[in-house]
Amino acid sequence: MSAALDKVTAPDTEEGVAEAVRAALAAREPLAVEGRGTKRAMLRPVQAARTLSTRALTGITLYRPTELVISARAGTPVAEIEAALAEKNQMLIAEPPDLRALFGAEEGATLGGVVGANLSGPRRITGGAMRDHVLGIRAVSGEGEVFRSGGRVLKNVTGLDLCKLLTGAYGTLGVLTEVTLKVQPAGEATGTLAVRVPDLAEGIAVLSAALSSPFGVSGAALLPEGHAPLGLDGPVALVRIEDFAESVTYRLGRLRAALSCFGEVSMLEGAPSRAAWRAVRDAVPLGAAPEGAVWRISVAPSRAPGVCAALREAFPARLLLDWGGGLVWVSGPATAEAHAAVMAAAAVAGGTFTLFRAPEALSAAVAVLPEEPAPLAAIGGRVKSVLDPAGILNPGRMRAGA
Amino acid sequence: MGPALSRVALADGEAQGHFDPMIRLPPPKPEILARRDGILADLGRLLPEDAVIGEAIRLRPYETDGLSAYRQMPLAVTLPRTTEEVAAVLRYCHANGIRVVPRGAGTSLSGGALPLEDAVVIGLMRMNRILEVNYDDRFAVVEAGVTNIGITKAVEGDGFFYAPDPSSQLACMIGGNVMMNSGGAHCLKYGVTANNLLGLTFVTIEGEVVRIGGQHLDAAGYDWLGLITGSEGQLGMVTEVTVRILRSPEGARAMLAAFSSVEVAGQAVDAIIGAGVIPVALEFMDKPCIHACEAFAHAGYPLDAEAVLIIEVEGSLAEQDMLLNRIKEICDRFEPISMKLAESAEQSLAIWKGRKGAFGAVGRISPDYLCMDGTIPTGELPHVLKRIGEMSAHYGLGVANVFHAGDGNLHPLIMFDANDAESFRKAEAFGADILRLCVEVGGCLTGEHGVGVEKRDLMVAQFTPRELALQRAVKSAFDPGWLLNPAKVFPLEGNEALAA
Repeated sequence: MSAALDKVTAPDTEEGVAEAVRAALAAREPLAVEGRGTKRAMLRPVQAARTLSTRALTGITLYRPTELVISARAGTPVAEIEAALAEKNQMLIAEPPDLRALFGAEEGATLGGVVGANLSGPRRITGGAMRDHVLGIRAVSGEGEVFRSGGRVLKNVTGLDLCKLLTGAYGTLGVLTEVTLKVQPAGEATGTLAVRVPDLAEGIAVLSAALSSPFGVSGAALLPEGHAPLGLDGPVALVRIEDFAESVTYRLGRLRAALSCFGEVSMLEGAPSRAAWRAVRDAVPLGAAPEGAVWRISVAPSRAPGVCAALREAFPARLLLDWGGGLVWVSGPATAEAHAAVMAAAAVAGGTFTLFRAPEALSAAVAVLPEEPAPLAAIGGRVKSVLDPAGILNPGRMRAGA
Repeated sequence: MGPALSRVALADGEAQGHFDPMIRLPPPKPEILARRDGILADLGRLLPEDAVIGEAIRLRPYETDGLSAYRQMPLAVTLPRTTEEVAAVLRYCHANGIRVVPRGAGTSLSGGALPLEDAVVIGLMRMNRILEVNYDDRFAVVEAGVTNIGITKAVEGDGFFYAPDPSSQLACMIGGNVMMNSGGAHCLKYGVTANNLLGLTFVTIEGEVVRIGGQHLDAAGYDWLGLITGSEGQLGMVTEVTVRILRSPEGARAMLAAFSSVEVAGQAVDAIIGAGVIPVALEFMDKPCIHACEAFAHAGYPLDAEAVLIIEVEGSLAEQDMLLNRIKEICDRFEPISMKLAESAEQSLAIWKGRKGAFGAVGRISPDYLCMDGTIPTGELPHVLKRIGEMSAHYGLGVANVFHAGDGNLHPLIMFDANDAESFRKAEAFGADILRLCVEVGGCLTGEHGVGVEKRDLMVAQFTPRELALQRAVKSAFDPGWLLNPAKVFPLEGNEALAA
């Protein structure tokens, strides 16, 4: 994507966004839809002469800590929302990653960006994904019309849930202008157990045992190469507890006893524990080379060791596993051969893949997401036509020609 | 869940006749009604003999659901046993322009499974097998007709459970739960159905079978799983469901706190959440509800209280003590009339006994009741209860309120006499007023029961005409001919697809 700066429109009102879309529609001119553009290298490049940015559409519009809801305009930096929540000892449940380092971005992501990409961090394994906490949206359709879905209450089954449809649609079905999220109290304390394991299969077994315990694990990752800044040699399985201090102490003790049969267990508390999970969240231990490609593969955790073995056989893959092993971060050479190996490994394991970051030469040439079965693809085409009949919102972002 | 209008459901034809169902259904297609015998014969060739029902006496049980004030005999009922049979019926109906009404256990409180005169009901109750349980990856694959409790029963021996627990969980089926995005008393902590699914086997109106999601989190591409969940049978049918199963907590215990006013109880709830405590359940009952439950269950609820909170926490015994003591200290600041901390599982059950029997208890003091299901921002509770009290006086009908205080889901139980048509009409109008109030204060029409036919015509209170048109267009993308559960969810007005 190479939108010239003078072709960027950044309205500071929702109506301004709607006007910009209507102008593009009238001119039959596709729009690259983004927040601060921090994830342009994600998925496919957009072919558009003009960029519509929500970066100027900022501000928290409602925050009711006792009702566990926060609303903000789409261009609000995630960091600003996290800071407001932290003042009331609350947090974003899905723990969205800060991918500045991975994408070489200078600015942090916006709320609209992490919702549009449905990005979740380690807490996703038991706390749910970003999309699970989107209670309501306001958005502008490809016809320049403002519409709402959901609301600002925690339980709502009124009408079709278009919040789910737009979350993770990468701006292809509408331009998010405001999002309301469910939030939660932040744990008073946190602690992590690090279990040194001989191989990935044993590591998955550790995570499975922890997640099958009654101790409310809120993070379960596996670092094949360890994480040197924290003195962790790999492969190492990490298990996190977040709760009231008494509970954290008690549960770490019980878990430590339960997991000691797998190998040597060490404990990280307070700041080192937080640092470890920030690193996992942001895929730091992956050590992705700047010129290489990054994939995310989603599988049933027990299938992850097989996926990893297949990838290591195909190319010099670096790996990081989160979500109990169900999320496999992969980095490797940005080649069609490596991509084919990722696609095959995901398919064999019954999972899905995303070409998360790649040079345009690769991402424009391959399928960055798995193909959908024909009936679903047809429905998807019709849904796209409903929300963006002229196909002007982020054309080609997810799939070529769509 | 008490069948709210069971007496009506069992009444004879004459008694039903004096009900003038206010719900309008789209005009049946005359050419379909005329072909009824041929359609039954065709279905009989597609399915095993015992899977097609055409005789009036055997169709009768399918004429209504949990909202039994509304009833309509269907054209035919089919009871397929496999995904392929469901697909065959849908393919046939699609090819012949025949409307379809999907049905699980028929426990919908919003009329979601109400048949149409020219529709084939596809009942999923025979698809009741648990296909796979996987503890390593913590999921279960079940057919759509497995009951909600059936999933937990299948895994509880190994210490696991399926989290969403609608109060109809003994009867309701997972396929229906998916279609209504069912909640329950514990969703403050564990989320609703949408948050506990991994995959679906989905059958389109054309009879195409598609796997959505799988055994992994976050499928790539558009979130079809999320869109289909809660779609009330508008987009397609679900025949198999992959659910997440969770390890049960070490234990759970309840406490009860009684307050002298609704406002004070609401402040106590705010203070509990504000202190960072998320109980696994946080239930509120108002005075009429307390009295009804106490008379029924003798649970020891204080009759001088204006509001009672039932609060449940989970964890080890020491963790339960720690949490209950924190909550008790918070409640103490609001001068409770009384508090009772359960010291055993038995005492917890006793505290829950009244609440769990609330619907039945109200049924004892009133011939019939309507169970409403709005959601409000929790801070609006005192205002909303005051307005509901005024409406109660205006309509001359009693009301008892049960409230999931943590998530804002309000269940007013409106008491009326089903043998008195005027009383029923008043109850309907009262309920509509309550739901409009929920929207007015920033909430919504339905938190967990669904729109169905019951709240269809109130959708205009929550959505603009253009927003409704957009939702209808998304349905049309799945079901261009509007054959799937038509007449539900969306107002009939302005819907050309359903015009005669």
